[in-house]
Amino acid sequence: MISILFKEISGFFTSWVAYLIMAAFMLVTGLFLWVFPDSSILDYGYAGLDSFFNIAPYLFIFLVPAITMRAIAEEKKDGTFELLATRPLSDWDILIGKFLACLVIVLLTLLPTLIYYFSIYQLGITRGNIDTGAVIGSYIGLVLLGSAFTSIGLFTSSLSNNQIIAFTVAVFLCFFAFSGFDSISSIISLQGIASFLTGIGINQHYQSVSRGVLDTRDLIYFLSFTALFLLLSKTILGARKW
Amino acid sequence: MSIEVADLCKTYGNQKAIDGISFKALPGSVLGFLGPNGAGKSTTMKILTCFIPQTSGTAHICGFDARTDSMEVRRHIGYLPEHNPLYLDMYVRETLAYIGAIQKLDQTEKRINDVIERCGLGDEQNKKLGALSKGYRQRVGLAQAILADPKVLILDEPTSGLDPNQVIAIRALIKDLSKTKTVVLSTHIMQEVDAICENVIIINKGKIVADDTLTGLRSKHSNKSLENIFIELTGSDVQQDEII
Repeated sequence: MISILFKEISGFFTSWVAYLIMAAFMLVTGLFLWVFPDSSILDYGYAGLDSFFNIAPYLFIFLVPAITMRAIAEEKKDGTFELLATRPLSDWDILIGKFLACLVIVLLTLLPTLIYYFSIYQLGITRGNIDTGAVIGSYIGLVLLGSAFTSIGLFTSSLSNNQIIAFTVAVFLCFFAFSGFDSISSIISLQGIASFLTGIGINQHYQSVSRGVLDTRDLIYFLSFTALFLLLSKTILGARKW
Repeated sequence: MSIEVADLCKTYGNQKAIDGISFKALPGSVLGFLGPNGAGKSTTMKILTCFIPQTSGTAHICGFDARTDSMEVRRHIGYLPEHNPLYLDMYVRETLAYIGAIQKLDQTEKRINDVIERCGLGDEQNKKLGALSKGYRQRVGLAQAILADPKVLILDEPTSGLDPNQVIAIRALIKDLSKTKTVVLSTHIMQEVDAICENVIIINKGKIVADDTLTGLRSKHSNKSLENIFIELTGSDVQQDEII
């Protein structure tokens, strides 16, 4: 599993696509946070990274599938999956190795955004008047969100040989999981189960974690969500054995 | 008994890819699997390497059942798949190191150097796999199969794409390896069977039509050429004297 982890990570970073994806993410967040008047921190006037944490999930909806799309689809297409599956490796080894590798890559993409935190820290009226607790909570929320989206991305990657299909379906599923349920719960005829529906959606749990207090219910939600999609992926991979 | 297959069947929907085949393979010999395209050679190999399960029947490799002890089976085999799938963006040494790490080898460096020398990859060892010719990629495929020094080697068309010089070298390597291991290889090339196989199995449409030593097979068919025996047994419409 560890060898797969290292190989996936180094394989990702040897291609220029990786750097393009990371640069695009930094560029878009940079534009939203410091340039565009609607969401810019400088115009908003408050020392907080709320803008960043509001748009980050929507960027993740595109970023994470871009990272995970080749994880399994490419192996199946090139036939190298046969190479791995005939080694003394269990399907879980392969899957968890790839999952952790994708998660690490998502975290590495997130790492440079700490510069925004330090910038606001320095720029505040009194130095350091940013709500650090909320920022930490929000970063944890983003990591948990990243892990949930990664598990979705891995699932769609295992469904198809085609990376583009894997990407598109993952984007759709991530979007639906994040804000689709909120939209459904606002349908009048479903008012009875409205709170249940918002509870299934990721957004509510993400907002809850972002407040800076880590409720175990939210943690369990994210971990179960991730586990569910990993289980689905393992089932798909194991389908060759039916 | 290194490989023991009993009454193996594999059905895809309505089609029987393999229909009740049974055979044995021992160490110290090379078993050649011959058959027309679609006969079931690669399917048999995929079942032996635990990639796909059989519909019925048993396959034992080194005493381990391919269905229930698949992890143990995979620790004892080296497999060169049909299309030699490789990670084209990795380097030769990097690929071998990766496979070595997966197989949890000790003394990986020494083993890699050994295998590179045996497969004649010395000059190409620092190149990306995507930059190698088909023949050298085939050699890398073979190298990763023998890297963990497995007791059983399952090679699907090992000399496919090699030039005559490379073919001779690889055949010599396989012959050498077979002294201590069980080698099963599949091929279309009759000269290959002549050159390295002691035992031959001919498969047609999922059934075994011949299972004998090479000399035994020849004497049973009045010493015809292997090509003619093959055609006779696998029922081609081409006249025998049209064969080159």
